[in-house]
Amino acid sequence: MPLLVELVSPERVAYTGEAKMVICRTTTGDIAFLPGHVPFIGVLATHPVRVLLEDGGEQIIAVHQGFVEVSPPEDGTTRVTILSDVCELSETIEVARAQQAKSAAESALASDSEDVEAAAALRRANVRLSVANA
Amino acid sequence: MPGAQERVLRRRIASVQNTKKITRAMELIAATRVVKAQVRANEARPYSERITEVIQDLAAAGADADHPLLRPIEKVQKVGVLVLSGDRGLAGAYNTNVIRAAEQEIQDARSKGLDYSLVTVGRKAEGYFRFRNFDIDASFSGFTDRPTYEEAVAIAARVTDMFVNGGCDRIDLAYTRFVTLGTQEVVVRRFLPLESEETIASAGDASATAGFEFEPSANAVLESLLPRYIESRIYAALLDAAASELANRQRAMKSATDNAQELIIKYTRKMNQVRQEAITTEIMEIISGAEALADDKSGPEDLLLDHLSADPFPNVLDRRTQHSHHETPRT
Repeated sequence: MPLLVELVSPERVAYTGEAKMVICRTTTGDIAFLPGHVPFIGVLATHPVRVLLEDGGEQIIAVHQGFVEVSPPEDGTTRVTILSDVCELSETIEVARAQQAKSAAESALASDSEDVEAAAALRRANVRLSVANA
Repeated sequence: MPGAQERVLRRRIASVQNTKKITRAMELIAATRVVKAQVRANEARPYSERITEVIQDLAAAGADADHPLLRPIEKVQKVGVLVLSGDRGLAGAYNTNVIRAAEQEIQDARSKGLDYSLVTVGRKAEGYFRFRNFDIDASFSGFTDRPTYEEAVAIAARVTDMFVNGGCDRIDLAYTRFVTLGTQEVVVRRFLPLESEETIASAGDASATAGFEFEPSANAVLESLLPRYIESRIYAALLDAAASELANRQRAMKSATDNAQELIIKYTRKMNQVRQEAITTEIMEIISGAEALADDKSGPEDLLLDHLSADPFPNVLDRRTQHSHHETPRT
């Protein structure tokens, strides 16, 4: 009785698959979902989401904010839906671009440590890089 | 001078033929793009469906946020109009229709003595309203045949700001809904304030009754969900408008191609007729010239005249002899 994981971005369904466990970070802390989890809705932070697959593999996805919903079980399957403006699989991330964004954000932060946008950009770049290197 | 008119027609046919080639190419391009636009609209559907589902679940769980986007209309003093048009023309009545609907909306507001704010998407709407001295609060363009989510986010941010801080009490959205490849309709919808989450929920099937857990809380989730909901609605409208624009362009270019073909046939007929006339005139000129010559010589023994003046007798005689020749073996 696996989890049915769906990763939905506004432009398309980015990923669907079955998994043993999904680990993600909400604004209040990390949370893991196993089959049969109670219905749940949470706001996601900018952080990689880890999907532990049935065959023991692992799919890591960069998610920049969004929502996670665990639907009430239907026919014994628990459905985990992740809604996010930006969600990238490790294959689709351009490391060079993320590196560039990271250094740009770092230099912006060095001159103005209060720069909220640069801080967010840095966080996103770090998440991208950690997903790409995983 | 004979042949002059023929040459003019020939040139015109060549030019129409070129135009036909262009419209035909545009038709084919629009046809492939409209399919892609439809695919994109379909791919975007799951997201807005899921977001609506989450709102349904929140409503079922009794979330009740006092969010500015849900603020009910008390007294309307200023109306915001968001109009989605195309960047380029040659799409039949597509741009005109949606622009006219938006203008109607503004005139309505004005006649009631209300103030208005206007946000345009697409170069055509911007040009139209700027030329007529309307106040445009914001305009977006350059992406209408292939909108991306980032553009929807930018438009949503502007519109939300108009509603929350800009004094607009209501925001209407005018766009062209894509029904099928053959039908698109201009619709003007109330966009903001959002219906309360219960009404959004009742639009779908509100079957979710299970006790949800929320993190951080139901209201907090709803509050961060509503802006996304607005973005996804604008994105869906942009995609619909893009598909409609391309379908309209395809149709317009198809009829342009057909018309060009008809013109070519018409001009070709005319050209042939003119050519015949020119030939006939030339023959007439030769004949009358010859006759004039014959008159000058005034001799019946003139060769040319003998050939041209139709004397039936030798022919008839010939035919008779042939006839009798054929008949003799039978009798």
